[in-house]
Amino acid sequence: MPPLGGIFFESTLIFTMNCLLSPTHLNLTIQRLAHQLIESENKLDEVVFIGIQPRGSLLADRLMDVVQSLCETDSIQYGLLDITFYRDDFREEIRVPAETRLMHSIEGKRVVLIDDVLYTGRTIRAALDALQDFGRPRQVELCVLVDRRFNRELPIQPDYFGVAIDTQSTEKVRVDWQQSSVFVFGSGEKF
Amino acid sequence: MQLSKNHLLGIKDLESTDIDLILSTARQFKAVLQRPIKKVPSLRDVTVVNLFYENSTRTRLSFELAEKRLGADTLNFSVSGSSVSKGETLLDTVNNVLSMKVDMVVMRHSASGAPHFLARHLPNTAIINAGDGINEHPTQALLDAFSIMETAEGGLVGKKVLIVGDIMHSRVALSNIYLLKKMGAEVMVSGPPTLVPKYLQAALDVRVEYQLEKALAWCDVANVLRIQLERQNQVLFSSLREYNLTYGITKERLSRLDKPIAILHPGPINRGVEIDSEVADSEQSVILQQVENGVAVRMAVLYLLAGKRTDEFGVK
Repeated sequence: MPPLGGIFFESTLIFTMNCLLSPTHLNLTIQRLAHQLIESENKLDEVVFIGIQPRGSLLADRLMDVVQSLCETDSIQYGLLDITFYRDDFREEIRVPAETRLMHSIEGKRVVLIDDVLYTGRTIRAALDALQDFGRPRQVELCVLVDRRFNRELPIQPDYFGVAIDTQSTEKVRVDWQQSSVFVFGSGEKF
Repeated sequence: MQLSKNHLLGIKDLESTDIDLILSTARQFKAVLQRPIKKVPSLRDVTVVNLFYENSTRTRLSFELAEKRLGADTLNFSVSGSSVSKGETLLDTVNNVLSMKVDMVVMRHSASGAPHFLARHLPNTAIINAGDGINEHPTQALLDAFSIMETAEGGLVGKKVLIVGDIMHSRVALSNIYLLKKMGAEVMVSGPPTLVPKYLQAALDVRVEYQLEKALAWCDVANVLRIQLERQNQVLFSSLREYNLTYGITKERLSRLDKPIAILHPGPINRGVEIDSEVADSEQSVILQQVENGVAVRMAVLYLLAGKRTDEFGVK
């Protein structure tokens, strides 16, 4: 039985750091997401998995390892997408662009965008914009590890998510791959 | 991460981290230019004017293409056919253009320091120097560095770069020297003594070698410059033929070297003067790659300077 999304904790302290997902939980969550990504798909050559640079690619790497071992194939179609030039807020902060590596055509395929944290939805909007320059997918889905509900600024929702949490905009969610954990840093009372 | 300056007036004012940032951003733009759809929408709300007070083919086309690939609106202005011939000053012309709500200015001017003058009077408008007199041509130096880095593994540190030709009148040479020194490369210049400034070695810490054969044997990369007859008002060498015999990059000279060297040229090339056709069209020549890289490098510069723009307005 996979764990259902949503791990809650209570804290009324300000400037806290809470562990949202421990290494064990993170591993289980990634296993579940990988199963979900492929459970309804019998033609894997019709799917392109795309990690959003820079941090989404780290989750995507982990997910692809699991998907590959589940399907016993090494021909998973997997790419990386950098969305720096498509951001709508680039004047507020210049980011150094990362590599875009899309070796597979996305024309007519099912595309799964993979990112670590879904927050305002603006990154995903930019990614949808960037995808258009590479072709017309049949369908685009979104898979995220952490869904920060109620913080959306655009009508974008995930199709697959690891955990959903309610946060305030003063808080930060960080996926730390070195410690294999997800942390919430923040101030204020959680609800 | 952002540039330390609001304008790109010359390599002299840049930090080495700025140069790194521009070159690494350009690398991603080059990847964009190899896609089926070669456009990104980053600068779609930005208007850029290209003010060319002096002739240009590559730089002008390259800037215009870079602006269009970024989704910016562009205005082109050349002196012939403008009110400059009626006596309008540079600052008046630019102020008139800016009052039409233009955000960035790309300017080439025959007077050294013209973009610096504009930047002093218009601190809130990003100004990009596309060549000013015999001073600097920063985007050319950046694209040369980008092209050198492509010819071999590793960065610019320790790379031996020869600049040969009309050093005296060349803004490309000066920008290249500043950039290569800042990035840790070794620089040597070669050319007729009349075309190499006397205090260059002391002022900029570059090697000077008047014998081309020795210079070529030393370098990994040779950047060949054009003889700029339009900037010379006295006779500095006897004839173009003599120049070709002593300082021309010929196939024969290159075949005597023990290793192949990459040949760069900022263009326009005068075949049979500073470089022979056989060399210009050979495998060793990266002249056309330089032109290709020019668009990516200029996209990076425009993108990074446009990003700074709102800081001055305090919009966040």
